[in-house]
Amino acid sequence: MFEFCTDPTALPDWQWMACYLTTGKHMAFYNAFGTVLLLLAITAPAALALGLAGATAARGRLWPVRAIGRVYISIVRGVPDIAFFLFFVIALDQGFEWLRHQALCPDWDQPIRQGSDFLVCPEAKLPLTTAPEAVHQAYGFFLAVISYAIVFGAFTANVLYGAMNTVPRAQMETAEAYGMTPRQAFWRVMFPQMWVYALPGLSNVWMILIKATPLLFLLGVSDIVYWARELGGAKVAQFSDYPHPDWRAWYFLFLLVFYLAFTAVSERIFARLTRRLSRGQATVAGEALRKGAA
Amino acid sequence: MTCGETFEAYALRAIGIGERLLPQTDFTLCQQFVLIGSGMVWNLYFAVLALSFGFFLAAAVAVARTSHNPLIRKPAEWFVFLFRGSPLFIQFFFAYYLFVLLPREGIDINLGFVEITADTRWLTRAWAGALIVLVLNTAAYSAEIFYGALNSVPKGDVEAADAYGISGWTRFRRIVWPTALRLAWPAYTNEAIFLFHATTLVFFSGFPTRGQQGDALYYANYFADKTFNPFVPYPILAGYFILGTLAIIWGFGRINRHLNRHLPQAVRQPIRFRPNYIR
Repeated sequence: MFEFCTDPTALPDWQWMACYLTTGKHMAFYNAFGTVLLLLAITAPAALALGLAGATAARGRLWPVRAIGRVYISIVRGVPDIAFFLFFVIALDQGFEWLRHQALCPDWDQPIRQGSDFLVCPEAKLPLTTAPEAVHQAYGFFLAVISYAIVFGAFTANVLYGAMNTVPRAQMETAEAYGMTPRQAFWRVMFPQMWVYALPGLSNVWMILIKATPLLFLLGVSDIVYWARELGGAKVAQFSDYPHPDWRAWYFLFLLVFYLAFTAVSERIFARLTRRLSRGQATVAGEALRKGAA
Repeated sequence: MTCGETFEAYALRAIGIGERLLPQTDFTLCQQFVLIGSGMVWNLYFAVLALSFGFFLAAAVAVARTSHNPLIRKPAEWFVFLFRGSPLFIQFFFAYYLFVLLPREGIDINLGFVEITADTRWLTRAWAGALIVLVLNTAAYSAEIFYGALNSVPKGDVEAADAYGISGWTRFRRIVWPTALRLAWPAYTNEAIFLFHATTLVFFSGFPTRGQQGDALYYANYFADKTFNPFVPYPILAGYFILGTLAIIWGFGRINRHLNRHLPQAVRQPIRFRPNYIR
């Protein structure tokens, strides 16, 4: 990175540190923070969409639809989320490979499960064994995103389900009295209003989601936890230009501070958002805003 | 191996009693049920102890947060912020590596007349180190719940106590705290459920297993890795956890009934399973 970094053994302390913190591996560590943000950026809308679908299903008029929605909401919350992550990553992978196997190799006659092995034909492997390393990484990340979306979709569905039921019943009845169809009443009356009721719950889900991102490490993605363990471990002079003792505690302290800052900033943004959404609502907060303005 | 023999060999495997080797091939359904069940011992151990220690710490922190003295209030606020604002997973890692950094031989504490050597090695073991983290973590979350409840104690109750000449510690113990606990109980139930679920993180976060003595998720993961079939061990694990969750709801519901026994039937708050409003 810097030109004085050619011989780290002969450097004064601050230059040594500057060189140490800009090695290629440290750059990968900083990029891993981007991975976390990317995961959040993809998962949050996906979970919101799944949550909306789940909540609408749970309110559905057909009982099979309602049952699916309710089971989806309650199962995910009765079991530790980490168990779901570990489960979905293998299950989804095998599911995709099985589907491709059915489509690509119709005349494969051997059973797929042979004792302790899961064997599909070579063309159905995901990603193909010939694919470059980056594709394997991206596929792992993709599976992780789907697992997160499914689990957090259930959390979101629960919040939105509650919020939909909190929108004053009289407003829906008024909509009906004006001759709106159920669909119109949903989109014009309930949908715009439910967010202010859902916001405390949604902000909570967002906090849980932030705090669940380090679990990416367990799903085999090289994320910040992976790099913190890798970089922090004791290095000896034989194998590294920058020998140092066990620094893992400091690396994790850094991650701890990162997450504290992240959640603190999120909390502030949600507080402002709540204020913004409460404007003109028939709630105590909305009333307070109206009085403040007058 | 019949199922009875499997039970004898592996029922207490998680705490090191029974067969030394885990099953390697020809996994039966019975083995998976027994081993994952034996791992639940650890989940129960962590959940029960963390909740019982954490409860008292949480009560202390919640009371400290209501204090007018900033020297008492600020540390409590920071404690809650630190443990609620960061992931439990990272807390486990940080605590483990911090405990590893402590001198292997122990710390010499000089008391002037006698020198004590504090042994610190046991802190890196899951049974102690992870338990400390879990206690602090649940204390922070519960303290936030209790703090909210302390603030929602009806003003009239406190004024009535004053009118009767009940004040200070007696007022807190007899009037404020019982009411706050009653108000906080439904939310605290959900915190207990969440903590129970969080115990699965212990053996995946730095704290090593010794002699393959792990918790339920550790064994479920072991079977899923060996058989490459997640569709058996994880649903078994899920079944155990749903049973555990129902047991918590039942037990805490009993306590809730006890706390609300003086109220008319209609006013009593039933416990609703809504965990995501807390964490």
